[in-house]
Amino acid sequence: MEPLDRDLDETEIELAAEPMLINVGPSHPAMHGTVRVVMELSGETIERCDVQVGYLHRGFEKMCERGTWTQVYPYVDRCNYVSPMLNNVGFSLACEKMLGIEVPERCQWYRMILGELARLSDHLTCDGAMAMELGAFTPFLWMVKARELVWDVMEEETGARLTHSFGRVGGMAAPPTPGFKEHVRAVVDQIRHVMDEVKRLLLGNRIFLDRLEGVGVISVDDAVSLGWTGPALRAAGVPYDVRKSYPYLKYGEVDFDVPVGSASDCYDRFMVRIEEMEQSARIIDQCLERMPDEGPINADDPRVVLPPKDEVYTTIEGTIRHFKIVMEGLKLPAGEVYSFTEGGNGELGFYLVSDGSGTPWRVRIRPPCFYVTGGLERVITGQMVADVVPCFGSLNMIGGECDR
Amino acid sequence: MAKALLQLIQLEFPDAVLETHSQHGDDTVVVDPGAWKAVARFCKEQLAMEMLADLTCVDWPHREPRFDVVAHLHSLSKGQRLRLKARVGDAEGEHAAIDSLTELWASANWAEREAWDMFGVVFTDHPDLRRILTYPEFVGHALRKDYPADRIQPLVPYREVENIEKLPPFDHHEGMSFGRQTHLASRGDD
Repeated sequence: MEPLDRDLDETEIELAAEPMLINVGPSHPAMHGTVRVVMELSGETIERCDVQVGYLHRGFEKMCERGTWTQVYPYVDRCNYVSPMLNNVGFSLACEKMLGIEVPERCQWYRMILGELARLSDHLTCDGAMAMELGAFTPFLWMVKARELVWDVMEEETGARLTHSFGRVGGMAAPPTPGFKEHVRAVVDQIRHVMDEVKRLLLGNRIFLDRLEGVGVISVDDAVSLGWTGPALRAAGVPYDVRKSYPYLKYGEVDFDVPVGSASDCYDRFMVRIEEMEQSARIIDQCLERMPDEGPINADDPRVVLPPKDEVYTTIEGTIRHFKIVMEGLKLPAGEVYSFTEGGNGELGFYLVSDGSGTPWRVRIRPPCFYVTGGLERVITGQMVADVVPCFGSLNMIGGECDR
Repeated sequence: MAKALLQLIQLEFPDAVLETHSQHGDDTVVVDPGAWKAVARFCKEQLAMEMLADLTCVDWPHREPRFDVVAHLHSLSKGQRLRLKARVGDAEGEHAAIDSLTELWASANWAEREAWDMFGVVFTDHPDLRRILTYPEFVGHALRKDYPADRIQPLVPYREVENIEKLPPFDHHEGMSFGRQTHLASRGDD
């Protein structure tokens, strides 16, 4: 074949012989989240790389040590901003474990429904963004549309689309709205419908599958050693789901499966999330069935739960109780606790240390995606540059949670 | 079952175990910092703790040794959890050093980097102990109790990085260098 440029003598072009340094991020369209990856390339293969996080570090753990225990909620909200309700519930459970109280049954079901809706929104975002970064824009828009439906429910219940700050120690900020069950049923039906369409769009697409299959493989031992949890670990074939292994709330009483992968590649991580959405919808169905329409939502514990407003304004006891909880903060007994729940990305742990005053001594948030992102280096070393995008997408790194 | 875990460690390391408790159902062993890695290795190899779920520190400024290094271990196969603690550092926060667990669990790499970044606890034999959440020029360790939350950090001059100039086949005006570029400068040429 004739060279396109006739004047060009190709023997004179000096090609790079030494490894090339490529810098991606911290702000890059293919990196949803602020992470910087410095790669050393040989040709198109990544020989070495350094993943740098921390660009979204806002010192949440420091700020938590300055307020009351209730004032931690806005911070945990902003940790994982695609599934804030799971963080709210996780933190509530940690405090309640320390206090030794259990919330009423209605609240437990309510928390489960809201939590599973948040998980739906998390997985919709992750899978949608992953598809978009590989060029499939339509499924992304459909999934974001479905996510918006979840947020409609959240807005109806909590007043905020995204940063709800809705959890409270010993209950929730408000009882479910009258139309809650109907609304959730309608939304879950619509999400199922959207998911069917998305699956038909994506899973028959050779280009999409080729970008995912066999890409970003990690061994089971590596995944466990790296502290991976959640969908990323389950895609490696380890059936560890906190909801099954250490049931909390009412997860022991509902029927659901833990989908696992076998190849531990990007495709499995994508599919595990798709399957989990189906399971979440199943859990929501059962919860809606079993959640009582009447009954208290907050635990009957004057130490931590605010009194009803009419008591606050009409009785001196109510006023004092309200004042003490708001001004001094509720008091967790001195000691330490590690409580963990299944967040959107895996085991979301809270290691709380209290000195018995109303202010947290230490709030350690064990962010699942900090450890998952810690494994990104191992996943992409040896892969092509183009594979960084699906690998990174399939790990679902949430900057706010990773960097706190 | 859970008590048995604590007893196993106590039997194996009678001198190193300083304290045990099971507050709120979380089994905790406080060990001598010198035996930190040996106990961790025992937990991993004999007690099947395959996963280091978390590693962090707690600062107690009025106590000596000042820092608690806290590791949460998890056995996926047995469904057991264990908290390991060791106390390090003097009242000023100096000489806080403990063995790194990176040899045993890969997750210790980033977790220890974070603990070093936030508390200034040195993990000896860590392969890559850089700051992770803050930047290299950050002064102090943010999660120490004596670090004021409203402290303003000094401005960092623009970093000069060597060996990142453009490589062939790019010409000098092609591609992007990693430095700061202003479009005004190139416009001034013509």
